[in-house]
Amino acid sequence: MNALARALNSDIGYSFRKTPVAMVSAVVVTILILSAVLAPLVAPYNPFDPATLNLMNGFSKPMEPNAFTGDVFWLGTDDQGRDVFSTILYGMRVSLFVGFAAVLFALTLGVTLGLLAGYIGGWTETLIMRAADVQLTFPSILVAMLIFGIAKGFTPVDMRDQMAIWVLIIAIGLSDWVQFARVVRGATLVEKNKEYVQAARLIGRRPGAIMIRHILPNVLSPVLVIATISLALAIIAEATLSFLGVGAPPTQPSLGTLIRIGQGFLFSGEWWILLFPAVTLLALALSVNLLGDWLRDALNPKLR
Amino acid sequence: MLGASLYRLSHAVFVLALVSIISFVMFRFAGDPCYAILPIDHTPLQYADCRARLFLDDPFLVQYGAYLERLSRGDLGVSLHYGEPVLGLIFQRFPATFELVMLSGILSVLIGIPLGVLTAVRPTSRWSGLSLSGSLLGASLPTFLIGILLMWIFAVELRWLPSFGRGETVMLGHWDTGLLSSSGWRSIILPVITLTLFQIAVILRLVRSAMLEILRSDFVRFANARGLRAGRVNYIHALPNALIPVVTIIGLQIGSVLSFAIVTEVVFQWPGMGLMFVNALQAVDLPLMAAYLLVCAVFFLVINLVVDLLYLVLDPRIAVERS
Repeated sequence: MNALARALNSDIGYSFRKTPVAMVSAVVVTILILSAVLAPLVAPYNPFDPATLNLMNGFSKPMEPNAFTGDVFWLGTDDQGRDVFSTILYGMRVSLFVGFAAVLFALTLGVTLGLLAGYIGGWTETLIMRAADVQLTFPSILVAMLIFGIAKGFTPVDMRDQMAIWVLIIAIGLSDWVQFARVVRGATLVEKNKEYVQAARLIGRRPGAIMIRHILPNVLSPVLVIATISLALAIIAEATLSFLGVGAPPTQPSLGTLIRIGQGFLFSGEWWILLFPAVTLLALALSVNLLGDWLRDALNPKLR
Repeated sequence: MLGASLYRLSHAVFVLALVSIISFVMFRFAGDPCYAILPIDHTPLQYADCRARLFLDDPFLVQYGAYLERLSRGDLGVSLHYGEPVLGLIFQRFPATFELVMLSGILSVLIGIPLGVLTAVRPTSRWSGLSLSGSLLGASLPTFLIGILLMWIFAVELRWLPSFGRGETVMLGHWDTGLLSSSGWRSIILPVITLTLFQIAVILRLVRSAMLEILRSDFVRFANARGLRAGRVNYIHALPNALIPVVTIIGLQIGSVLSFAIVTEVVFQWPGMGLMFVNALQAVDLPLMAAYLLVCAVFFLVINLVVDLLYLVLDPRIAVERS
């Protein structure tokens, strides 16, 4: 409790309490993440357990008793009688897992390369920053698609569905490291000429230790901002790829896959199969984005 | 000037070389092309012959050289899925994508720039507030959701516009265009709006922030003090200067238009290159993917070059400074 009180009294905490948008987004994000993590406890049904499915429940409308079985589903059911609310909770798990893992991957890769480029300089820097320039020539979603396609080409056919999630994480992560590398390199270039780094060098600490123990903690705050905004972008990228049918497989649907499936029912009038996953995705992406915007302003003293 | 152009050129050559290596590796090492080409009941002799014919047993660099030589002849391989040369397939679908991207590019510039100027010049007007909040929404909605939403409203509920395809197309030589028939125009409306909304949002914000900066500069204040009409100051004096950074970003943005076009084409089943690319991804049709990658790279580099040249026209100072 003590730590919480201290956090709320800090600069960031103050700015947080003064920004209603940030508080609302934080609440929305927390609720969504919690309900995704606790999906097996929260969800009324397990949509992937065929034993609990009843085909008679197919196409139930939201909040109305089913014509055959009389069961009521909050957000309706799909063609196979799966509860839409439960599939959204499980789908959000996949979306969030891919989003977090991809950002973590991009962050690790980008921060490492950025530190190396900034601290070592020379041809290491040229090589890394040139690669970043080349990648920036291409839109990141296209890069992610290509990596996904190549990786799919290299995985054996019978492994493709199981590997799809991991391939997706690598593809989105690899398409997103440039931002981290650029910012960290810039910050490292500033930090490495400061006295504390010179002092550390003077007492004979090795370059690796200087980079990790001394420079890294001082360049982390912009990284945090980029990571939050990247999370929103990664969630949308994952949804887009899955919507295009080149992401999460139907056996492990993410929100994007659910929207893809839902679009098929748009013409026959079952709007709820499409609408609710879409609204969830929007709420998730928008609130993470707003949180990132607030964090950027809060951590930048110049804007105050 | 010369130095900058040389750097640009070396960057372009470097990117192209890299892309050609990636597409070569995709084509050559992901799976055995002979298994894809030969019938399923091939003999070991046919297999050995195929490997020899494709130079698969030669060293990497020799194979890469042979690949470049084929590229220079315009031979990008044969699609595994369609069984036709991929370059022909891509050019068949090029007009559909080109018409979509160009129409939305023109529209987003024609709408985005005036709105950006408006929001900068009259920040308190009701229209400014409306377009600013609209642009926030346009920038945060994923493209495919915009597409689905439009389709739901205008194609499914109201039934005003078709929900998929290009409508009736007319062949003009080798170019089949959808812009000469009424059903073609009706079909292109929803995809173009989907693709344009995000671009308008981006351009509006760019023009607005560039204009706000320019409006604070001395020469604008001086022009106002001289008693020039507001319209003349804003459009003749301020706007051209504000457009310089905007042109660069719009140039870079065209790359992202191409990738959003992929999404739009899938939503509306628009028979362009993007839809074919996604189908190739699903079918793991590597030669087709590799060729699409190359065509895109060439497209991006040409656009970047054009942007650099436009820069010189818009801002003669750059040419003087660099020389």
